[in-house]
Amino acid sequence: MRNLLIAGGRVIDPASGRDEIANVRVVDGKIAAIEPAGQQPSGAGQGAGEFPCLDATGLIVSPGFIDLHVSLREPGYEEDESTATGTLAALAGGFTTIAAQTDTSPVIDNRSAAEFVRLQADRARHCRVFPLGAITKQHKGEELAEIGQLVQGGAVGFSDARHPVANSEVMRRALEYTRMFHRPVLHFAMVPELADGGVMHEGFQSTRLGLRGIPAAAQDIMTGRDIALAELTGGRVHVMCVTTRDSVSRIRQARANGIAVTCDVAPHHLLLTDDVMSSFDTMYKVNPPLRTRDHVDALIGGLKDGTITAISSDHQPRALEKKQVELDVAPFGISGLETTLAVCVTALIEPGHLTWLELLARLTVGPAAVLGLSQGTLSVGQPADITLINPGSRWTVDAGRFQSAGRNTPFHGLTLTGQVVSTLVDGEVRWSRP
Amino acid sequence: MQLSELPVNGPWGEQHLLGLERLTASQLTTVFELADALKVLTHDGTERLSVLKGVVVANLFFENSTRTRTSFSLAARRLGADTVDFSASSSSLSKGETFIDTALTIEAMGVDMVVCRHRTPGAPHLLSRHLKAGVLNAGDGTHEHPTQGLLDIYTIRQHRGRIAGLTVALVGDIRHSRVARSNIHGLVKLGARVIVCGPSTLVPPEIRQLGVEVAWNLDEILPEVDCVNLLRVQFERQRGAFFPSITEYATLFGMNGERIRRAKKDLLVLAPGPINRGVELTPEVADGPHSVILDQVSNGLLIRMACLSLLAKERRAGQRGVA
Repeated sequence: MRNLLIAGGRVIDPASGRDEIANVRVVDGKIAAIEPAGQQPSGAGQGAGEFPCLDATGLIVSPGFIDLHVSLREPGYEEDESTATGTLAALAGGFTTIAAQTDTSPVIDNRSAAEFVRLQADRARHCRVFPLGAITKQHKGEELAEIGQLVQGGAVGFSDARHPVANSEVMRRALEYTRMFHRPVLHFAMVPELADGGVMHEGFQSTRLGLRGIPAAAQDIMTGRDIALAELTGGRVHVMCVTTRDSVSRIRQARANGIAVTCDVAPHHLLLTDDVMSSFDTMYKVNPPLRTRDHVDALIGGLKDGTITAISSDHQPRALEKKQVELDVAPFGISGLETTLAVCVTALIEPGHLTWLELLARLTVGPAAVLGLSQGTLSVGQPADITLINPGSRWTVDAGRFQSAGRNTPFHGLTLTGQVVSTLVDGEVRWSRP
Repeated sequence: MQLSELPVNGPWGEQHLLGLERLTASQLTTVFELADALKVLTHDGTERLSVLKGVVVANLFFENSTRTRTSFSLAARRLGADTVDFSASSSSLSKGETFIDTALTIEAMGVDMVVCRHRTPGAPHLLSRHLKAGVLNAGDGTHEHPTQGLLDIYTIRQHRGRIAGLTVALVGDIRHSRVARSNIHGLVKLGARVIVCGPSTLVPPEIRQLGVEVAWNLDEILPEVDCVNLLRVQFERQRGAFFPSITEYATLFGMNGERIRRAKKDLLVLAPGPINRGVELTPEVADGPHSVILDQVSNGLLIRMACLSLLAKERRAGQRGVA
């Protein structure tokens, strides 16, 4: 019996708008009650059930975080990450539910591949893992994957990972076809011809450094197309990792017009700008690239007004030797799960852009709504997936101590604010900071 | 003559030469004055010195270049150093060895300085973080080519006695030109007025933020220009078509006798080479009285000798400090 009393913490549940000091009572792995703090835990009325008490004084008690697209790299790229290490990294980052990206080898484009993801997650027994399924076979952007059978295998959404579906006809059919299953298409909105060979944002810094740029327009144009196709088909499109001012404003307008479009943003795009590329450090090489301050400000504006409803770690673990090469041959990506909260606190809470309630909404109910999941709340009866946070803790990132096998982070050595203390799944403490 | 006896008059203090962006005007002048001194000491580069005796300079060329590599090799040998050549074709890169491993392996053979040419911007910067050896950037992709920038500016200085107040036009493919970037940083610091001129597809507008003017019409700016540096059209770095045809490029931006006649009488014509005759300039101009192209080549030797000496000196000072 997983019974527990989480006592004296600041309970923040964005789904209900609750933000108060309270006790959370967990019975049999589920949320049984949220009670006023100070009330002594007693066995009375609970039969002979034992209530071990977890003192959460000074901590934030949040629903476990949900990540819309995490690259677990298994099967095929175990040098980067495995399901076991990736899901442990998720717990260390406060995530209790993740959707697994399809960038494996072979690609998750059929039912058995999706079931393998679930099997490995069950074996690891860390956080909840829902597979995504590929939009097109082998991410080629030509033929639709077996979307219906992927749903039967547990797929909660569809994505070709970093491969844009360039052919508008194929994207149109994908948006139409997924309607049957009420599942969203998570798209990497980028015009491939404009992004081809680029390693950073196109602008003054890329000109100065002689590095090939990826213009903001590469994302804006594709975002605009996806919105038009969502309107045409009635399908649900989710733009992964928006990074530009114009994409945010297009999505804002489309949502106001009732079109089913959502989007997420990655933490590094909120804290870093393209001038860091002066170091030529491959750790900063991400796709979409780090943009300029005006784009960052637009992203923060989008988070504030609810245009951007989700923050994703955009976890892209890569073996270190793959990053220790020349900038143009190094792969894109940051191992993001374990720094997401702290980067968000540093970029959003400390400067006063968002409240804790608003930030946690983007990490819980926001992404849950995109995938139609019931997780992400502290409602009575829900599985007790809970993250305990020390909101003021200052800590220095040490990539060598990551749970993830991917140590590719630009935040190594940086001091950030906000730290996950414990992560519970089904009322069980699955991870605690040592 | 000992290394310590070389006449270095101004400030230096650099372990590596990665680009002109990070050098000050007085550091640039230090290089030029040492090049002047070396010109005298080596009787125009014809005689050998022994100031770098026992020093090993490795040429790591991950991109083909006969001219720059030869110039660096000769410069090192003129100073008494030993040189080793490593080119990508004979490398282990195809066997999966990383760029850094390759450099570390070569360094372990007892190399003091590494001259690196690479197609990726920042590659020499990456080396400088992993190697104990001094690193000289001999061209990193479309980023910088500091010794070429130095020798271009040195050549102008030689003919005009100064840089400040001159108007210098860099003509051609600015977007893909490392020579343009190094020239811009150096010239602007030394007080020149710099105009970049080329097809609008090859002149990124943001380049203005480096302190230069942008022009699309060569004929309009030509009467104001004291020096014109004709950048090579980088056919190999372009993806897709940035201009419709070579003929059209030559018509709009090529330097020919007609244009020379409309320019200042004492116009200096530079070209970093290798030149595409008939594209950036006609043979008439390349071989004509305004051309200082061959001076650039001989000055390249002096500039590279000066840079190698300065890094070696700095290195020796550092080692003495540690001991």
